[in-house]
Amino acid sequence: MATVETRGVRKHFGHVRAVDGVDLQVARGEIFALVGPDGAGKTTLLRLLCGLLLPDAGTATVAGVDVLADPEAARRRLGYMPQRFSLYGDLTALENLRLYAGLYQVPAAAFRERSERLLGEFRLLPFAGRLAQHLSGGMRQKLALACTLIHAPEVLFLDEPTTGVDPVSRRQFWRILYDLNRAGLTVCVSTPYMDEAERCSRVGLMDQGRLIACDAPGALRAAMAGEILEVVAEPRARARRHLRHHPLVRSLEVFGDRLRVLVDAAGAAAPELRAALEAAGVAVRSLRPVRPTLEDVFVARLTAAGGQDAGRASSRREA
Amino acid sequence: MAVAVRAEGLTRRFGAFVAVDHVSFEIAPGEVWGFLGPNGAGKSTTIRMLCGVLAPSAGRAEVLGYDARRHPEAVKARIGYMSQRFALWSDLTVRENLAFYAGVYGLRGREARERIAAWLERLGLLDRQDALAGTLSGGYRQRLALAAAVLHRPPVVFLDEPTAGMDPLSRRQFWELIRGFAEDGTTVMVTTHYMDEAEHCDRLAFIDQGRIIAQGSPAEIKARQMVGHVLEVRVEPLIEALAVVEEHPAVREAALYGAAIHATVDQPEAGPALAAALAARGFAVEGVEPVLPSLEDVFVALVEAREREAAA
Repeated sequence: MATVETRGVRKHFGHVRAVDGVDLQVARGEIFALVGPDGAGKTTLLRLLCGLLLPDAGTATVAGVDVLADPEAARRRLGYMPQRFSLYGDLTALENLRLYAGLYQVPAAAFRERSERLLGEFRLLPFAGRLAQHLSGGMRQKLALACTLIHAPEVLFLDEPTTGVDPVSRRQFWRILYDLNRAGLTVCVSTPYMDEAERCSRVGLMDQGRLIACDAPGALRAAMAGEILEVVAEPRARARRHLRHHPLVRSLEVFGDRLRVLVDAAGAAAPELRAALEAAGVAVRSLRPVRPTLEDVFVARLTAAGGQDAGRASSRREA
Repeated sequence: MAVAVRAEGLTRRFGAFVAVDHVSFEIAPGEVWGFLGPNGAGKSTTIRMLCGVLAPSAGRAEVLGYDARRHPEAVKARIGYMSQRFALWSDLTVRENLAFYAGVYGLRGREARERIAAWLERLGLLDRQDALAGTLSGGYRQRLALAAAVLHRPPVVFLDEPTAGMDPLSRRQFWELIRGFAEDGTTVMVTTHYMDEAEHCDRLAFIDQGRIIAQGSPAEIKARQMVGHVLEVRVEPLIEALAVVEEHPAVREAALYGAAIHATVDQPEAGPALAAALAARGFAVEGVEPVLPSLEDVFVALVEAREREAAA
C-alpha cells in the first residue's frame, strides 16, 4: 500500500503551473528521488505533500492521513527538511533539538531517548553543547535532520539536502539516510545530483509541473531512447567540434578527458564516427559504448522535448 | 608566465582560528581554475581576500598586478564576484536587479540596456525578466547572480559555488558559458562541490583546513595523489554489498559511486577475490574492473586520509 499518494494534485501561482496534475505513489519503505530541471515544481510538490501549501485541485495522503482534511495530523506523521532549514545559531545543538521537540509536543522521556539516539547515530554527541552557529556545514545539516526526526515521523521529506555540501559530508549524509531507511523510514528526497538518484529505489522526473517519468533507475536506463558512446581522442577540441556537428550525434558532453556522445544506435554510429574523426586528423584512442547514467537519461528526455539551446529551460513553462 | 591572480603566503586568522594558512598559487590569464575543498576549508575566505573585501592577516593577494590590500578599489573595478549568498533584491524583478547593478558599475543608457538584454538572453532569463527575484527557483537565482557579476565584462571573475542547486542540463549550459568566458580571455576562479565540474578546469587546487594539499591539472592530481588503484564493483543489492566490500581485507576504502561501488585497493589483482567474496555471500555480481580514479575518488581519499591523521 502506498504511504505517500497524490491524485491529480495541482497548484498554480498566477499564470505559472507549478504543479500540474501529478499522480504519485510511494510505497512504505522506499527511498524515492524527485529530480527535474530548475523550476520544474519539485519544491512545490514537496510542500503540498507536507500540508504547507493548499493545492488548487487533487488529493494528497501521507501515512494514511488526508493532508488536506487534517494537515495537523499529517504533520505529526511526517518530517520535512526544507532547503533552508532554520536552526537557531545562538542555541546549542541540544537546545535546538529541544525546541523542535517542544513544537511537536514530544514527551520528556521520549525526547531524552530520541535526542540521545539521534545525536549518537549522527556522531553529534560530542557537540551537543556547542552553539549551532559554531558547527561545520556538514554538522549543521545533520543537526537539521535530527530536528526533523525528533517527533519520530513515518515519512521523511527532504528538499535538496545536499546542495552546497562537500563530497565527503554528502557521502556521510547519505549513509545516514540509508540507515534510517533500513530501519523502516520512508524517504522522499529531491536532488540535483543524479548519482544520488541513481541509488534510490525509484526516481520521479518532473518537468513543467508534471511527472514525466517514474520508475526504478535500472528501468529508466533500459528505456532510454538512444545509446552512449565514450570517446577518448586527441586533440580533444577538434574531436569535440567534429562530433558536435555530426548528423548522428544528438548531444555531446565533455567529461574530463573523455567525450560522451548520445546517438540513436551505438553499433551503427561507432564505425562512422571513428572514420569521420580520423579523416579530420584526430587520433582516436578509444571509442566504445558505455552504460548510460541516469544523467544521460535525464538529458535525453529533456533534450528530446525541446532542443539543447540555452533558452530551453526557461522557454517552455508558462501556462 | 603572465599572472592574472596571485596568492603568496596568504593567511587569515579569526581570533585563534586560522581560516587560511599560507596559501600560495598563481592563475594564468584565460585559465579556468578550480578551488575545491570541504565546507569550511577556507575557500570563500581566500576569495574574499583576493577581491579586496577582507584584509589578510599575512601574505599577499594580487589581481592583475594590483595588491588587493593596498589598492582594493583598483581590484574591485577589474573583477566580477559571485558570492554564495548573493545580494539580490528579492522585491525587484530580474531586469530591475540587473539595472541596479549596471548603475553600480557605472553603465548608463543604451549600453546598459543592451548589456542587460544580451545577458537575459544568454542565460535563458528572458521569460523571467519581469518575475520578482524572490520568486525564482534556486537555479534561476544563480543565473541572475552570474549575470549581475559579469555585466561589466570584468577580466577576472570569481565564482563561489555558482552551480549549487542547478539541474544537470543547466549545469552543462553554465559550464559552456564559463568555457566561453575563458576562450574570450577572461580568467575564472571557481569553487564547486560537483567533482564532474572540477574535471572541466584547466588546473585546480584542493584546500583543507586552510591549507592547500594538492594542486595541478586534473590529470596531474590524479596521477600524483591517488594512492592505490580503484576497482569499480557492479553488484546488487548495492547498499548491502557496500558493507561487505568495506570489510574485505584487500580493500582500503569503499564508497558508492553512481550505481556502483568504488573500492580503493593496493593491488588491482584483488578484483577476482573480491567478486568471489561477494558471490559467496549471495550478491549478484555484474562485474569488478579497474577504472581510472575520478577527482571525486581523489578528493575523498585526500580528506579521509587527513581526518585519520587528525584522529591518530
